[in-house]
Amino acid sequence: MQDEAAVLRRRDLLSLIGVMAGSAAMYHAMTSLGFASESRYQGPVKLEGDPKGSSVLILGAGLAGMTAALELRKAGYQVQILEFNSRPGGRNWTLRGGDSFTELGGATQTCEFESGLYINPGPWRIPYHHRALLDYCRRLNVALEPFNQLNHNAFLHASRAFGGTPQRIRAVKADFQGQVSELLAKAAQRGKLDEAVTREDREILLQALRSWGALDQNYSYNANLRSSEYRGYATAPGGGLAAMPLPSEPVGLSDILKSGLWRYLQNFANYNFQTTMFQPVGGMDMIGKAFAKELGDIIRYNAKVTKIQQSDRGVTVTYVDTAKPAIVQTATAHWCVCTIPLSILSQIELNVSAPMRAAIEAVPYAGSVKIGLQFKRRFWEEDDAIYGGISYTDLPIRQIAYPNTGYNRSGRGVLLGAYLFDGANSYEFTAMPPAERVARAVELGAALHPQYPDEFENGIAVAWHRVPFTLGCSGDWSEDARKQHYANLCQIDGRIVLAGEHASALPAWQEGAILSALDAITRLHERVVKA
Amino acid sequence: MRASTISIAASLALVAGAALAQNGPRTFSSGYRFVEMSGEELYHNVCRGCHMIDAKGATGAGSYPSLAANPNLQAAGYPITMVMRGRRGMPPFGDMMNDAQIAAVVNYLRTHFGNSYSDVVTAQDVKEVR
Repeated sequence: MQDEAAVLRRRDLLSLIGVMAGSAAMYHAMTSLGFASESRYQGPVKLEGDPKGSSVLILGAGLAGMTAALELRKAGYQVQILEFNSRPGGRNWTLRGGDSFTELGGATQTCEFESGLYINPGPWRIPYHHRALLDYCRRLNVALEPFNQLNHNAFLHASRAFGGTPQRIRAVKADFQGQVSELLAKAAQRGKLDEAVTREDREILLQALRSWGALDQNYSYNANLRSSEYRGYATAPGGGLAAMPLPSEPVGLSDILKSGLWRYLQNFANYNFQTTMFQPVGGMDMIGKAFAKELGDIIRYNAKVTKIQQSDRGVTVTYVDTAKPAIVQTATAHWCVCTIPLSILSQIELNVSAPMRAAIEAVPYAGSVKIGLQFKRRFWEEDDAIYGGISYTDLPIRQIAYPNTGYNRSGRGVLLGAYLFDGANSYEFTAMPPAERVARAVELGAALHPQYPDEFENGIAVAWHRVPFTLGCSGDWSEDARKQHYANLCQIDGRIVLAGEHASALPAWQEGAILSALDAITRLHERVVKA
Repeated sequence: MRASTISIAASLALVAGAALAQNGPRTFSSGYRFVEMSGEELYHNVCRGCHMIDAKGATGAGSYPSLAANPNLQAAGYPITMVMRGRRGMPPFGDMMNDAQIAAVVNYLRTHFGNSYSDVVTAQDVKEVR
């Protein structure tokens, strides 16, 4: 009761602030009192004060580099970006029909998808609480649509359980929840929870378990029309004479436990994967393209950085044109914001302090593989009624993700036939030639969708350790390395500051890249203005 | 730590397409740790991802070093430490491979790709580095 009174008092205070000072003040007060603190993003960055003609050279035209460029230019800096690729975005990237991609080792794949179909080899979903990224999407007019993380009708699949037959997420979730509720209800009724639950609360708990777990009047989870409302029917309700539904038979708790399918339920509970999630309409690279359009001609493409040297007056960056590597060029500025992934920066000649150097060398880069597959028809929708979302499996492909757009269309479709992140399988897939990665994804995925062999047309596979501009998917900080090196990585070192997902507490997320850039340029600007 | 090998050769016949028919059996690990045991298979299923089929590495914005005819492999402790702990962007494999696996892949590297060091690394040697 004490807690409740405290909350009421805080709410009273908030409503007073709201009345007196308006909603923005109320929002900030709420944040400082511990509500609504879902994001560190404080709204558009305000870099006030005169940069006195200072120039900034930005290395990398990914989301971190382009955020820094946009905001520093707005604040009055002279800004230039050097980018290794011939396009903006970095890992913010989409592959469409006609695109070609040459990975390390020289294998070139040309995407043969039909026009309008695509995969996002890098980031592909945006949590609702990534407020900085969402704000830039809004400011840059990037249209968003929902990304379905949870589709109750997609599959959970264990190759050695249920005869290898994939189970609907809906049924596994309902049966697991129902039978756990039944166990708890029985324990409560037998007085086994009396030490933890008061008599009054026990009655409420029983009601709650019945409601949450779809239990019957005796607190049992059985085959009946109540549990079928959660897990689905054997015969669905219809119209007319034989309209009445028939209940389906739940899967036993022991079978679910032994199958390991419960492992996947966390994918629908984790804060990073909660509804609502978004994707840009037409592909993730719509964000990178929108930034680049806004920035105009300040991005120098095909520039491979080979050396970064600072003095007390400024920074000189040596680079070569990737098409003409014999011609060495330099760019200079008063300051440098470097967003080059640490996997690459650790190999570049760079005069920074020993602690920053140690931090740059302390972060291994994770492996990840994504494989896009085009099929003659959207059989997952037509045959299986799966519209978007993700199926999970213990097979080496790990996930099959269905397109969250173009629902219910006839004709071809592209799905994500494998998504591996870290772990042994991601190395095993990376080590294959690209055509074999695609072929294996088709072979393995047929266990969930037997339509695969007949309907498959073509595919494209991106293994992030083979990607020339990152040499890995993202910075894979260990807890120890973070303790020892993270703060040193983020310091301004003379005239150089680093930014990118690797300089954030949101590794591998685009939000981390943007928040890191905003923090870096805010500190940099403070230093410039005070100088 | 339970691990098993899934052979998918049997399902190949079900799959259409010329590219697919070229695939032989392949070992996949089922958990976080690798199930491959021989040095050759570990190299081909793991190291090759970055160091390439000829062990000559590759170069993009940065490079994967060549392991071919590489004098750094002379002292066995160096490649053992590299595989176990990683270096810079290279991930550590100490938790994904046991002592015998690390010894096997180091022995394979030190006797292939233009390297010919005759002293054999044992699991015990690896254990002492952990």
